[in-house]
Amino acid sequence: MFQAIKASFIKLNPVSMMKNPVMFVVEVGTLVVLLMTIFPGYFDSEDRIGFNLTVFLILLFTVLFANFAEALAEGRGKAQADTLKKTKKEITANKVVGSAVKTIPSTELRKGDIVIVKQGEMIPGDGEVIEGLASVDESAITGESAPVIKEAGGDFNSVTGGTRVVSDSIKVRITSDPGETFIDRMISLVEGAKRQKTPNEIALNTLLISLTLIFLIVVVTLGPIASYVDVELEIPVLIALLVCLIPTTIGGLLSAIGIAGMDRVTQFNVLAMSGKAVEAAGDINTMILDKTGTITFGNRMASEIVPVGKASGDDAAAWAAISSLHDETPEGRSVLDWMKRNNKLYDAALGEGGTFVEFRAETRMSGIDLKDGRQVRKGAVDSVRKWVIAQGGAIPDNLGKEAERVASLGGTPLAVAVDKEIFGLIYLKDTVKPGMRERFDQLRAMGIKTIMCTGDNPLTAATIAKEAGVDDFIAESKPEDKIAVIRREQAEGKLVAMTGDGTNDAPALAQADVGLAMNSGTTAAKEAANMVDLDSDPSKIIEVVAIGKQLLMTRGALTTFSIANDIAKYFAIIPAMFMLAIPEMKALNVMGLGSPLSAVLSALIFNAIIIPLLIPLAMRGVAYRPMKASRLLSRNLLVYGLGGVIVPFIGIKIIDLIVHVWI
Amino acid sequence: MDILQIIIVIGILMLIAKPLGNYMYHVFSNESNRTDKIFGPIEKPIFWIIGLKKRAGMSWRKYAISFVLTNVMLVAVSYVLLRVQSGLPLNPNDIGNMEPTLVMNTVISFITNTNLQHYSGETGLTYFSQMAVIMMMMFTSAATGLSVAVAFVRGITTKGSTIGNFFEDFVKAHIRIFFPLSILITLVLVGMHVPQTLDPTLSVTTLEGATQQIAIGPVASLESIKHLGTNGGGFFGVNSAHPFENPNGTTNVIEILSMWALAAGLPFMYGRFAKSKKQGWVIFSAMMILFLVFLTIAYTAEKSGNPLLNGLGIDASQGSMEGKEVRFGIAQSALFTTVTTAATTGTVNNMHDTLTPLGGLVPLAEMMLNVVFGGKGVGLVNMLMYAILAVFISGLMVGRTPEFLGRKIESREMKLIAIAILTHPFIILAPTAIAFLTDLGKGAITNPGYHGISQVLYEFTSSAANNGSGFEGLADNTPFWNISTGLVMFFGRYISMIALLAVAGSMNRKQWVPETLGTFRTDNALFTFLLLGTVILIGALTFLPAIVLGPIAEHLTIR
Repeated sequence: MFQAIKASFIKLNPVSMMKNPVMFVVEVGTLVVLLMTIFPGYFDSEDRIGFNLTVFLILLFTVLFANFAEALAEGRGKAQADTLKKTKKEITANKVVGSAVKTIPSTELRKGDIVIVKQGEMIPGDGEVIEGLASVDESAITGESAPVIKEAGGDFNSVTGGTRVVSDSIKVRITSDPGETFIDRMISLVEGAKRQKTPNEIALNTLLISLTLIFLIVVVTLGPIASYVDVELEIPVLIALLVCLIPTTIGGLLSAIGIAGMDRVTQFNVLAMSGKAVEAAGDINTMILDKTGTITFGNRMASEIVPVGKASGDDAAAWAAISSLHDETPEGRSVLDWMKRNNKLYDAALGEGGTFVEFRAETRMSGIDLKDGRQVRKGAVDSVRKWVIAQGGAIPDNLGKEAERVASLGGTPLAVAVDKEIFGLIYLKDTVKPGMRERFDQLRAMGIKTIMCTGDNPLTAATIAKEAGVDDFIAESKPEDKIAVIRREQAEGKLVAMTGDGTNDAPALAQADVGLAMNSGTTAAKEAANMVDLDSDPSKIIEVVAIGKQLLMTRGALTTFSIANDIAKYFAIIPAMFMLAIPEMKALNVMGLGSPLSAVLSALIFNAIIIPLLIPLAMRGVAYRPMKASRLLSRNLLVYGLGGVIVPFIGIKIIDLIVHVWI
Repeated sequence: MDILQIIIVIGILMLIAKPLGNYMYHVFSNESNRTDKIFGPIEKPIFWIIGLKKRAGMSWRKYAISFVLTNVMLVAVSYVLLRVQSGLPLNPNDIGNMEPTLVMNTVISFITNTNLQHYSGETGLTYFSQMAVIMMMMFTSAATGLSVAVAFVRGITTKGSTIGNFFEDFVKAHIRIFFPLSILITLVLVGMHVPQTLDPTLSVTTLEGATQQIAIGPVASLESIKHLGTNGGGFFGVNSAHPFENPNGTTNVIEILSMWALAAGLPFMYGRFAKSKKQGWVIFSAMMILFLVFLTIAYTAEKSGNPLLNGLGIDASQGSMEGKEVRFGIAQSALFTTVTTAATTGTVNNMHDTLTPLGGLVPLAEMMLNVVFGGKGVGLVNMLMYAILAVFISGLMVGRTPEFLGRKIESREMKLIAIAILTHPFIILAPTAIAFLTDLGKGAITNPGYHGISQVLYEFTSSAANNGSGFEGLADNTPFWNISTGLVMFFGRYISMIALLAVAGSMNRKQWVPETLGTFRTDNALFTFLLLGTVILIGALTFLPAIVLGPIAEHLTIR
C-alpha cells in the first residue's frame, strides 16, 4: 500500500504520464490551474485563489488516484516477483568439462552446457535431463510441495532452474542462457515490466484519445462562442468541464484492469506469457481437451475384478489386493478402495514382511515378493502373460477374451498372477471427473464448443464423450490430428484453446490461439504454449477462459460506466458555467445544486473519487457467471450503463450538499 | 388534422421504404434480375464508351481514388462553366458571370451534395448553368454518395478484397434509380403546375398597373432531383417556399417523400446485403425513433407559438406562423423542416431562421447527428459507424472482444473511425469559434444575442453535414463565408467518406468469426437502444454546450 502511494507520485513524471493520454491531459490541466494559483497576478485571478487551489487539489488527486490504481495492480505482481527472486540467488553449478567436473557460478552457464546435480542441490538452470532419474521439489514455482519425478527421455525430462533435487542425481543439459530462464521470464511477467498493451487495449485507447480530443475541441471553442453573448468563462472552470467530460474513469483504470486480469491468471497459478493470450482466452470458440487427466481422472480406478480360468472371484480379488498392498499409485490404492467398497476380505497378514516390487517401464509390472517365496504380480496383460510363461505356467483360456472385453468398454485390464497362475483381471476404468458435465453445459451456453481428444477406440471415446457431455470427440487421435482440428476450426474463423504437455503437442500448442502447457511437461511444450499451468491441471483451461472473459467484461463495463457518467456531469457543470451571466439557465439545474461553484467542485470531486471507489472492482473484475451473451449484456448494461447514468446524479447531489456548506 | 397529416405521410413512407430498399439491393447486388432487361441496353453502351468491360471489383483505395477523381473532373468543368456563363447559350435573362469565391463555394457546395446557396437562383444563374452545372451535380453528387454507401455496406457484409466497382455503381445509380424516379416526379410536378420552360422571366402588369417580373424556368426537373438526391438547392432563392417550386400541400408531400424515401430505404438495402433483415430494421428503427422525437419537439414548439407574441395578446391559435407559408401550415412546415434536415437535403419550405428557438434546435441537432436517415448514403454509413462504436464500447460486456457482423473491430478500424468522429465536431465548432473571434465573421450576423450563435452554428453545421439549408438571415455572400463554408463542406464530405471506405476495406479483408451463443447480437431491440445511447452520448453531447448557448439560452430567455 505504502509502495503504491509512493509510486503514484513517481508516476506523475510527465514522460511516463504521456503513455496515458487521457490522464496526461488532466495533468496538464492541473499544472495550468497550479500556475494560476501561484501567480494570480499574471492571470488576473487574485479573487479566485481559494477556488483555484481547490480545483488544483481535486485535479491532482484525480491524477494520483489513477496512478494509485495502476501502482496497486503492479504491486501485487511485484510481491510475487520478490519471492521468485529469492530463488534466483547465486547457485553453484557442477559443470562437466570433458571428463572433469568444474564448479562455477550458475550465471556463467550457457546453453548446451552439461551439469550434474546431486541430491540436495539446486538445479542451476533450465534444462533437460539427459541421464538419470531424480525427484525434484518444484515448490518454488508451483507451490506444490510434493516432489515430482524427472527422468531422462520421455515427457518428464524438463527441469527448471531454482528447483531442488531431493533424491538421486541427474545429468542435465542446460537449455537457456542466464536472464532467459523460466524464472526470469516469470519474474518479468508478474512484475509487469515488459507488459505490452493488448490489441483490444490499443483500440480502446484510440477511442479514449479521440473522445478526449473531441471534448478538447468542445471546451476550447466554448470560450470564443460564449464571449459573443458576453459570458466570460474562467479557465479553471473550463478545465474542470474538460476533465469531467473526458473519460478519466476508464482512462485511469484501464491499465490497472489489464494488469489485474493478468494477475488473476497468475494467482490461479497459471502463467500467461502475454496479456494478448488472456484476451484471446475470452474469445475462444472451440476448446480441445485431452480426455485423460482433463475430462477423466488420468489415474484409472478399479471398477471390477474379473476372475479368469478356474479361479474364484474372491481369490482373484484377494490376490489383486495383496499385489497392491504397498502400491502407492492411484491405481493400486483404487484396488484397495474397491475391496472396501465391495466388502471383500483378504488376508493382509500375507503381505507382511514382503518386498514390494515397484513398477518399472521395462517389466510393466509391480507386485510383492511374499515372505513365503511366492511372487505376486499385477501388470499389463501381455507382460504378465510372458512372465507366467517364462516360469512354465499355463494361460487360462478366457484371459484373452476377458481382456478384450474390458478394453472394448474403454477400460484397461491389469492381469493378476501368483507365480505360475493367473487369477484374474483388474478392470481399470477411466472415470469422468465430477462436475465436468455441468461445466461443459456452461461452456455450451457461452457458445464454446468442446472437442475431446483421446487415443481410445471410437467406441470407448463415444462412451466417455457422452458421459462427459462434450460436443465432439476425436478417437484414436495422434498428435497430428490435434493440429489438423485446430487448423480446420481456425479456417472457420474460430479461436481455439488446447492443453498439452508432451513434445509432440508443441506444434499444436503453438498453432492454438490459447495453448496451455503443463509445467510438468517438456520444455518444447512450454515454449510453444502461451500459458503454462504451474499446477499441471489441464482442466484449468476452462477457468482461464472465464478469467479472460471477465477481464474483457470489466473493461467494457467500466468504459460504458465512464462514458455514461457524462450526462450527469453536463447537467451539473453547464448550468453552473452560464448561470451568473444568464440567470435563466437555472432551469437546467435539474439537480438543484447549491451554487455554481459548488456544482463545478462537486462534479469534479465525484469525477476524482469514483476512480478509487472503482479500484476494487477493477482489481477483482465484474461478477461473472457463464450464461448466454444476450443475458450477460442486458445484465451488465443495466448495472453499468443505466447505473452509469444514474449514479453520478446521486453522487454529485450528495457531494454538493456537503460542499455547499462552505461555498 | 395536423396529426393525421403527419401520420399519413409517415405511413406512406413506411409502405414505400422497404420495397425501395429491396430494389436498391437488386440494383447493387450485381446479380441478374428482371430489371436488367429494361436498363441493360441503356447501360451497355455507356460501359462500352468508358471502357468498362469487365467491371472488376476495386480495393477500397481504388474505389476512393475513382470517386474522388470523378468528382474533381466534375468540379473543374463546373467551375469553368459558372465563370463564363454569361457568354453561354440559354441565358435569356442576361445574367453575368459569377464571382470567384462564390463560384468556389457553389461548386463545392453542389459536388458535396450540400447545396448551400450563397447566390439566388433567379438572379445568379443562367438556365444553362441551372441545368448543366446545378442539376448535373445534383445527380452526380447523389450518385457518388449512394455508391460510396453501397461500397461501404458491401465491405462490411461480404468477404474478399473488393468492395465493388465505382464506375459501375455510379452509372447504375443514375440509370436505374435517379433517372427513372426523376422523370416520374418531374412529370407529376408539371402536372401540378410547377413550371418547366426555357422562356425568359415574365414581365406582367399587375392589377394596380405596376410592372412585375416573375421568374420562371426549368423548375420541375430541378425540383425532382433536388429532393430525390437530397440536394436541396432551390431554383429560386427562397427554395421550396416559392409557389412555383412547391405550389400546394400535395406537392409538399411529394417533395417530403421524395427526399425521404430513398434514405429510409437504405437500411433495408443494408439488411438484404447483411443477409439479415433484422439488422436493417435495427438501423431503421433507431433512425425512426430519433426522427419522431425531433418531429415532436419541432411540432409542439411551433404549435405553441412565440411566447413573446403570445404575451402581447396576439392570437396564436395557429402557432408560430412567422416565416411559414399559409398554404402549408404548422404540420406540413414542421414535418418538412424535420425531414429536410434529417435527410440532410437542405431544401426549405419555411424560413428556419424564424422558427421558435426549440423548433430551430431540431434542424440544428439533426444535422449535428447526421444519422437520422441522413443524406444520400451518408446517413446510413454514419449510423453504421455508430453501430460499430456501440459494439466496440459495449461488446466487451459479453466477455468477448468486439465484433460486428462477424468481424472483429480492432485498432485499425477504431483509428479510422476516430478520424470520422473527430472531424465532424471539429469542422463545426472550430470555424464557429473563429467566426466569433473575427469581425469578418461576426459582421454577418443579423440578429445579435443567442440567436446570432444559432445563426453561425447553423451555417457551419449545415455545411459540415452537407445539408445546405441556410438559417438565412446571415449575410453570407462574402469571401470569409464563401471560403470558410466551402472548406467545411469539402472536409465534411470527403474526410469521413474516405475514412469509412477504409474501414469497409479493412473489415472486408478480415477473417469471419462464426456466430455462437456467446456472440454479441446486433439484431434486436436491445441493440437499437444501445445504438441510440451511443449516438446521444458520443454524437450529441459534444454539441450540448454550444447548443445551450444558442437555441436553449434563447428559449429560456424568452419564455
